[in-house]
Amino acid sequence: MTLLWIALLPLLGVLVPALTERHGRNICSLATAVLPAIALVMTLLNVPALLDGEQLSFSVAWMPELALDLAFRLDGLSLLFNLLILGIGLLIILYAHYYLAKDEPFGRFYAFLMLFMASMVGISMSDNLILLWLFWELTSLSSFLLIGYWSHQSDARKGARMALTVTGAGGLALLAGLLLLGDMAGSYSMGDVLASGEMILADPRYPLMLGLVLLGAFTKSAQFPFHFWLPHAMAAPTPVSAYLHSATMVKAGIFLMARLHPAIAGSELWSVVVSLVGIITMLYGAWFALMKTDLKGILAFSTVSHLGLITVLLGIGSPMAILAALFHILNHATFKAALFMSAGIIDHETGTRELKQLGGLKKAMPVTALLTTLAAAAMAGVPLFNGFLSKEMFFTEALATPVLGGLSWLLPALAALGGILSVAYSLRLVHAVFFKPAREAPPKSPHEPPHLMRLPVEILVALCVVVGLFPAFMATGLLELASQAVIGSPLDFHLAIWHGVNLPLIMSLLAFAVGIALYWRHADVRRFTQQFASVDARRVFERIVVAMGYRAEQLIATLEGNSLQRYVGWLWLAALLMGGIGLVQITDLTGAAGNQELDGILLIGAGMLIFGGIATAATHRYRLISLLMLSVVGLFVALTFARFSAPDLALTQLSVEVVTMILLMLALFFLPQKTPPESSPLRNIRDMLLAGSLGLVVASLNYAVMTREMLSISSFFVENSKPGGGGYNVVNVILVDFRGFDTLGEITVLAIAGLAIFKLLNRLRLFIPHSDGEGRVWSPDRYPAILTSVSMTILPLALLVSAFIFLRGHNQPGGGFIAGLITAVALILLYMARGVAWAQERLDFPFQPVAVVGVAVATLTGLGSWLFGHPFLTSAFGYFSLPLIGTFELATALLFDLGVYLAVVGATLMILANLGKVTTAHRPVTEAAEKDADTSAVTPSAKEPR
Amino acid sequence: MELLYAITTGVLTACGLYLTLRGRTFPVVVGLTLLSYAVNLFLFSMGGLTTDGPAIVSEGADVADPLPQALVLTAIVIGFAMTAFVVILAMRARSEVGNDHVDGKKEDRE
Repeated sequence: MTLLWIALLPLLGVLVPALTERHGRNICSLATAVLPAIALVMTLLNVPALLDGEQLSFSVAWMPELALDLAFRLDGLSLLFNLLILGIGLLIILYAHYYLAKDEPFGRFYAFLMLFMASMVGISMSDNLILLWLFWELTSLSSFLLIGYWSHQSDARKGARMALTVTGAGGLALLAGLLLLGDMAGSYSMGDVLASGEMILADPRYPLMLGLVLLGAFTKSAQFPFHFWLPHAMAAPTPVSAYLHSATMVKAGIFLMARLHPAIAGSELWSVVVSLVGIITMLYGAWFALMKTDLKGILAFSTVSHLGLITVLLGIGSPMAILAALFHILNHATFKAALFMSAGIIDHETGTRELKQLGGLKKAMPVTALLTTLAAAAMAGVPLFNGFLSKEMFFTEALATPVLGGLSWLLPALAALGGILSVAYSLRLVHAVFFKPAREAPPKSPHEPPHLMRLPVEILVALCVVVGLFPAFMATGLLELASQAVIGSPLDFHLAIWHGVNLPLIMSLLAFAVGIALYWRHADVRRFTQQFASVDARRVFERIVVAMGYRAEQLIATLEGNSLQRYVGWLWLAALLMGGIGLVQITDLTGAAGNQELDGILLIGAGMLIFGGIATAATHRYRLISLLMLSVVGLFVALTFARFSAPDLALTQLSVEVVTMILLMLALFFLPQKTPPESSPLRNIRDMLLAGSLGLVVASLNYAVMTREMLSISSFFVENSKPGGGGYNVVNVILVDFRGFDTLGEITVLAIAGLAIFKLLNRLRLFIPHSDGEGRVWSPDRYPAILTSVSMTILPLALLVSAFIFLRGHNQPGGGFIAGLITAVALILLYMARGVAWAQERLDFPFQPVAVVGVAVATLTGLGSWLFGHPFLTSAFGYFSLPLIGTFELATALLFDLGVYLAVVGATLMILANLGKVTTAHRPVTEAAEKDADTSAVTPSAKEPR
Repeated sequence: MELLYAITTGVLTACGLYLTLRGRTFPVVVGLTLLSYAVNLFLFSMGGLTTDGPAIVSEGADVADPLPQALVLTAIVIGFAMTAFVVILAMRARSEVGNDHVDGKKEDRE
């Protein structure tokens, strides 16, 4: 359980700065440090158990379907990283307390920092591949926030974006790689994966998986050629650089390679790729570290170089090389964090990081000068410092490895070259800042920082020295645990300063001699390299991003070009292709069931449908005629339903047909009456071809399905309709009972559509035509006398019919949908026959609540079944008898159907009545708009604009 | 019978599709309505064509497949809501933009 807390505490710590920020920075910093400190102590408390050889792990299922468990482990490797992450993290909090300017939002900074810390601890302790990836992505995101902390600076924004793009893209590759890895191992649990190394190596997908995983690790750890984001991430505040780019973020890639080492290393491919990439990165970084003039730039490139060194060691992969890698991880974290913080102090106290403006600072800042010199000595690998030990081990392993076969001598040679460069840039860093006289004066007059700001540096430098002096005592225990976690078996080793005069020592001495000489002739080297044009990685990156965006826009413009017609065309073309592919795959269009017999009435019906359809399309430029033709189709569709045993559908289609036609007529009044001819003949032919072929495909598909025997699940509904749902009309029982949840969704959509239309009509400026398409003036307010008188008689009848249809719906054709439509039509008839003003007086209530109440009734009916311990929308029914009427049935489904009825009535009236009202004083306007509505909402025009 | 039914569905689909490719809003709305008729007929036929067998229990053994009917019933109502929304969107677009071209661009293309 403590493992879960170690992982959770930093995550909870994200909230602490947010809650304590208003109490001032002192309290906020202290409070922020509490939780990681507890996590650190808890980690340390687990050390005895680890030394006893216990397996520490914690696991609860989180999303078992995705193989994602909340699983953590604490082994030697996690211990090493937890100590680095939490320990250096605490020092960073202290340092940032002094570093950030008075007016900067420190609470936000701490919150980002804690989020980052939490995600790093998560990576270090994850015992599940997918969980590890989640935390991995979280580091990308939180580092984006940290690097871009000074968001007012363009540099910071661009640097953050670049870091996120590179590491985020790597993260996606990693996800693919880890999924493959888990699939190959048959489990996503870290323990299982690490145990199935042989199986993974033998899998044919191994190279692909390795490539993807390494892509993730290399991008994160800034390995060549993905190193370029790291120097640009230096736009971050220095505490961030010190934390992210010394101990944590960039070490995540290294960690991943170490963690998965038992599972995925051990092949020739791994050794060659990883060690080659590492050595290139090492030399590339070291060379640019020597060339940079910005203090943090030097450190950034030297970090790239050291990460390369660790990668080489992991690539070599022998037990001693792993040990050296782990040792160097520890050493690099300490001296590089110290150096970054010193650089931050110098920047803070002098106002610049440019070597040109710095120099001779040893007088003003003697203590900082001493500390920086010691840390730089560790970086250069001077004897008696920790960096010396791991570098000697690196040289030893480089000499011993056969990785490159006959070219293996190349590795120690390049390693020595790296050593030379490292000595040179370390020397330059110290000499140019503290000892060489300044060429220009820095912006601020330098002095020592507050003592507590220097404290983290002092602690880290002390560690560098103590580990360097007493390696066996200080580091053996930790490294034993860590190396055992990676290698799998205990490793027998002895850390010592003096191994006698051997080749690695000679290489070190050579590196010092040549390195010092290189720095001495530094000016010549710089002059030599200045002949070559430098490439600014950021500019290249930005240019690529812009170019990609431009290309994408161009592609979209070519394909679609903001034209709905073209867009729809592509849609239908895609449908045509997919449907066509489906058709090609069936062997025979006519299935076994064959055709039923044809009769004359069917022939006439089909003829009318085809005529109506073609006429609608052919007359589309004369909109009213086209609309009339459309109504012919609608009517015959209703008859088709009736002919083929679907009375419910026929009733629904008929009533919907009426409201649709009223709606479209009303809308047409406000739209141009004719469509101008504008499509070229070629375009018309193209559209006809496309529509025609898709029509053919649809017809063929339809024919193919209908002539085949089909297995339907419907027998269940037919059999259970009466015993389970209490109704004889299976269609209605399906709607209100079996698939009630679908119906609830449908009426919700209907109500939303009604509300959206109400909103669209709100304060609509209309072109009100005063004549029709032929130029005949519209007659104002004359309602046909017959309709006026008949409508009054029809209304009660229609309401009676709708009540009848509603009540019998459960057993006979009918139900809420149809009854609702009939009621709506009856009410609409009033509007049409008598005018809005007349109807408004008598129907003076808004329709929106009716629809909403309908949805609410249906929902509550469904929820009601919870009260009786049944699942949502379980229906109940019983039989009752009343005098005169006789026995009848009451079901909760009826209540649900009432909800449907109300929703349909409300939504339909909301749509039609509101549309009808737009020309009148009753048009929908919000209350605030009502004042000026008279002037703005209606814009009558003398002639119909088109 | 099935062949005729399929041909009818195909013709209605083709006419609807043709109209959706027009450049003015109203024909597109009409086209969508026509297309939804065709789609409803298509879906309805997925249960097969049954004569004289409404899906009402105890009216004889061979009843029509009720499931496509239930689906199509809601599809009809939703289709109406969609048509209404699109046509009123078209009205709104005309009032905002000044023309009834489907691309909703300010400048008049006539």
